[in-house]
Amino acid sequence: MMAADLDLPRTITTRSFDDRASWMTSMAGAVGVVWLLFQLSGWSGKLGFTVVWFITYVVLYAIITKVGNPWPAVVDRLAAAAVAGGAAVVGLALATTVIYTVQKGWPAFSHVGNFLSESAAGVRPTAPLYEGGILHAITGTAIEVGIALLLSLPLGLGTAVYMTEVGGRAARTVRTVVEAMTALPDVLAGLFTYATLILVLHLDRTGFVAAVALAVTMTPIVARSAEVALRVVPGGLREASLALGASQVATVFRVVLPTARAGLATSLILGIARISGETAPLLIVSGASTYQNLDPFSEPMNSLPLYIFAAVRSGQPNFIARGFGAATVLLLLVTILFALARYLARPKKGSR
Amino acid sequence: MTAVLEPLREDVPRELERVFTPADKAFRRSATGIGLTVLVLTAAIGLFLGYQAIPTLHRYGLSFFTQSQWLPQQDIIGLAAVLVGTVEVALVALVVGFPLALMTALYISEYAPAAIKGWLVAAVDLMAAVPSIIYGLWGFFFLQPQAIHVSRWLAQNLGWIPIFHVDTDANSASWAQTKFTASAFIAGLAVSMMVIPLACAVMRSVFAQAPLGEREAALALGSTRWGMIRTVVLPFGQGGIIGGTMLALGRALGETVAVLLIISPAFDIKPNILEVGTETTSALIAGLFGEASKAQLSALLTAGFVLFCLTLVVNTVAAVFVNRSRSGASTEI
Repeated sequence: MMAADLDLPRTITTRSFDDRASWMTSMAGAVGVVWLLFQLSGWSGKLGFTVVWFITYVVLYAIITKVGNPWPAVVDRLAAAAVAGGAAVVGLALATTVIYTVQKGWPAFSHVGNFLSESAAGVRPTAPLYEGGILHAITGTAIEVGIALLLSLPLGLGTAVYMTEVGGRAARTVRTVVEAMTALPDVLAGLFTYATLILVLHLDRTGFVAAVALAVTMTPIVARSAEVALRVVPGGLREASLALGASQVATVFRVVLPTARAGLATSLILGIARISGETAPLLIVSGASTYQNLDPFSEPMNSLPLYIFAAVRSGQPNFIARGFGAATVLLLLVTILFALARYLARPKKGSR
Repeated sequence: MTAVLEPLREDVPRELERVFTPADKAFRRSATGIGLTVLVLTAAIGLFLGYQAIPTLHRYGLSFFTQSQWLPQQDIIGLAAVLVGTVEVALVALVVGFPLALMTALYISEYAPAAIKGWLVAAVDLMAAVPSIIYGLWGFFFLQPQAIHVSRWLAQNLGWIPIFHVDTDANSASWAQTKFTASAFIAGLAVSMMVIPLACAVMRSVFAQAPLGEREAALALGSTRWGMIRTVVLPFGQGGIIGGTMLALGRALGETVAVLLIISPAFDIKPNILEVGTETTSALIAGLFGEASKAQLSALLTAGFVLFCLTLVVNTVAAVFVNRSRSGASTEI
């Protein structure tokens, strides 16, 4: 070989023709084998077909690979096939969740005119979909989440600042506890709020009580993710600020917090997304109205999760359809919040 | 400079004093105050539930944990069947969720093309953000009609194992579909959708930290990709795998709404996970709270306290494992 040949640019691919051919052949071959098997044995069912197909594909793939490759290569390909298969199952499950909800919610959601702008006051569960809507649930969720945010923002952010900027042995205890709290069952936040506000303080099941339950769920979530955001602020920045003579207050408020702004916003938005769909605490502490109620301190309020729960358990086809419509609204809300959080947290161009 | 510095007379180690300005002191105090408030609030959850639990535990004693029936009208109340159901649903969720989460995490960190990696990470995060009631709807309306066929297949072929046994003739042409619905198995499948993203995110972040040098060393020595994963990534990520799974277990033990939507309540201790009817602690609380009498409320608060203790233990063990595998140090420049 001449030296000039070696200097030519070439493509560096990890897949040779042999790789690709044996992969495709086994995929296609497995379809044929399984189809024949199902014809002969009288088995049926899409799910069964897919499972048997995947197993056949893996076996075929192994046999074909073994012809021209050593054993480690066979194991490598089988592992790759299994890992990709597992990821595909999870992807499929997520996709069906979203598609199914939107598809079932569309009949109600397509009546946007009344569905999003009217409440359910005076509307029978069996009423046709062009009557009534979920405005009372949307405003209820908005008010409750708003109050919960007002309560948990200072607590969560303050705790995060305490854990990263003040520190000490007590801070480690707080971190451990907060971490354990984030995974605590949400139903317990409802029980706690019930035991304190309703049993001890004798408050009614109003929107405010529901908001407190949501705040109890949200605070540790915000504290923990805000702490992560503050922790990635380079220590060098803090030292530089202190070395220039700034006090710690100035360092925190003018260097650390602004640097972590995007991360903090993300943690807040994810906290909001989490509590807007929270159902279990509301089942315990919240009443459910069918009419529009904008006052969080008197009369019960409805909210999207409670509305969905009541609707799908009613057994009335039209009411179930409304429930799915409300679930579509909730899913849309969470997705928008999520996209916003991703947008704020995106890596900036030109920064390291 | 004209003055010549004299050498320090007392060139000996001395104590350093940290001096804060008044503003700094105020800042540190208020931050500490907020942090401790949250700590107290958390402790209060346990204390309040524990305080409410005292009368019930006093009244029923140990039989609260051994009695399986829940008949408040006849003054018979016990958590035995409920706790068994809780563990069954959580175990089904883990047995299904663990391999899927591990494979998804491995796929994202090791196999996925760089171009779509970011999207996959976002998809898993979005999956974690989807409210559990939506997974409940999916599990009840979409998954259940499909999953009962899987249940039936398991009962037909593995029915001799007690956990897969269903008390009906699974082989008959007109098989009793209602015997297979609303079971711990189907509830566990729905819960697995909630624990997969949680476990997957922890595992992926630990896999991503596997040292690059060792990965390259394995590949340079001629290892296949799987060989590299098996010898470098998986051993390095062991703590994350265990911790992520424990976190998932904690979540699965406490999942409420999805389970409440799917199961039909039944208070008997049974290993047959495919058969209709089961009950979990959180679903019990959420389901009965609305129409509970005073005595029953106290019993439900006690059930909440038991759940609190259970998940706190599981989550603390998980946090220990995850923290061991992830350094808590801040970033330096």
